[in-house]
Amino acid sequence: MIMGLLEELPAFAWILIKIVAILIPLLLGVAYLTFAERKVIGYIQGRIGPNRVGFRGMLQPFADIIKLVFKEIIIPVRSNRYLFFVAPIFTLTPALIAWAAIPFAPNLILANINAGVLYVFAMSSIAVYGILIAGWASNSKYAMFGALRSAAQTISYEISMGFALVGVLIAAGSMNFQDIILAQQGSLLNWFFIPLLPLFMVFWISGIAETNRAPFDLAEGESEIVAGFHVEYSGVSFALFFLAEYASMILISFLLAILFLGGWLSPFEGIPGLDEWFAWVPGLAWMLLKVSFFLFAYLWLRATFPRYRYDQLMRLGWKVLIPTTIVWIPVVAVLVKLNVGPWFS
Amino acid sequence: MLQEYLPVLIFIIVGLGLGVALLGVGSIVSPHRPDKQKNSPYECGFGEFESARIPFDVRFYLVAILFIIFDLETAFFFPWALALTEIGWFGLLAMGLFLGLLVIGFIFEWKKGALEWE
Repeated sequence: MIMGLLEELPAFAWILIKIVAILIPLLLGVAYLTFAERKVIGYIQGRIGPNRVGFRGMLQPFADIIKLVFKEIIIPVRSNRYLFFVAPIFTLTPALIAWAAIPFAPNLILANINAGVLYVFAMSSIAVYGILIAGWASNSKYAMFGALRSAAQTISYEISMGFALVGVLIAAGSMNFQDIILAQQGSLLNWFFIPLLPLFMVFWISGIAETNRAPFDLAEGESEIVAGFHVEYSGVSFALFFLAEYASMILISFLLAILFLGGWLSPFEGIPGLDEWFAWVPGLAWMLLKVSFFLFAYLWLRATFPRYRYDQLMRLGWKVLIPTTIVWIPVVAVLVKLNVGPWFS
Repeated sequence: MLQEYLPVLIFIIVGLGLGVALLGVGSIVSPHRPDKQKNSPYECGFGEFESARIPFDVRFYLVAILFIIFDLETAFFFPWALALTEIGWFGLLAMGLFLGLLVIGFIFEWKKGALEWE
């Protein structure tokens, strides 16, 4: 028994190394996404943004992290102590572990599981528990309202997101992320955002709403309910919510790139001349380029659009996005059945 | 088959561990100087009036119920979407019928005002 475990040890160590190799770039990505957010929104609004710590403010994220770690963790008197600390962990963990099934480049993936899409979808759904627990355990009105709003919003947009995913599954015929990317091979015209354009838009909007980002950030609308469900959190316990939110933003951007924009595939594929020119570019670079586009769009949208009102938010989710997907799923199914080219032939 | 899920399991443990470790480090290195005002729930400068566990709007509950129906629907759609090439036109039409029934329910909800927020 013990000998058997010892033989497995190198395999375990190798898996651990791979997990660390995913987590460290992810956490650095989160750190610099917060920096990029402040810089981008600063420049859009005609400000400079943070520029004091390090060269042009490049070390700002680390200053923020150090500050947060050394801040007091306040436990409100009437909160449920244990749930109060379980909630941030419960929010962060799903946002991190969803990355197990995400492919970064051909075969650069931690767990190449058959039901990858289902797994990631499930993990992104679990996050709502963390929000509800946080709002309830805080025993504060603003936290409670924020949690209720946020939970209702997340589950409403999860439906349209799930339906949009069904469209992708029909088109690709697989739940494995690598297979979905390979199904879009050929050229830029084969990417799923063309035949699934309405679903692409629905998924994008739902993704922004799922992560509670502007213009759908009314769960934490500063001017009405201060910070929403995490109003009572401070120090590291707040940082965990922050980390989870940004990690899910990056996750949604990866999903958009994989499901609709061909993941690591080059946009110049199949074009004589250009294809050979760009053959040296690794798949990871294309992937990150597409992801950066969606992340920039997150910041751009936040700087551009005013916040939705709650009834508008619910109307958009239930009366626009869900009917759109219900119409487009049969259309995709018929397109696949008729083998309409160039996507499904 | 299940072998492929081992990294996922380890990742879950590492993810939980990371959260616990961060909170642990934070609670060790941060100061701890509680006082009455600081530890009271936030309420825009007031002392709190009453407990936060007050009744909430029933529409949130309604949204949750509608969510269960539609989420279940998605769960039925997933395997159908994967098997579409094998089940032929019959499978497509059967699912169309199922979707049609749900659309009727959806229109009913809409007309009854279950989706209204004002």
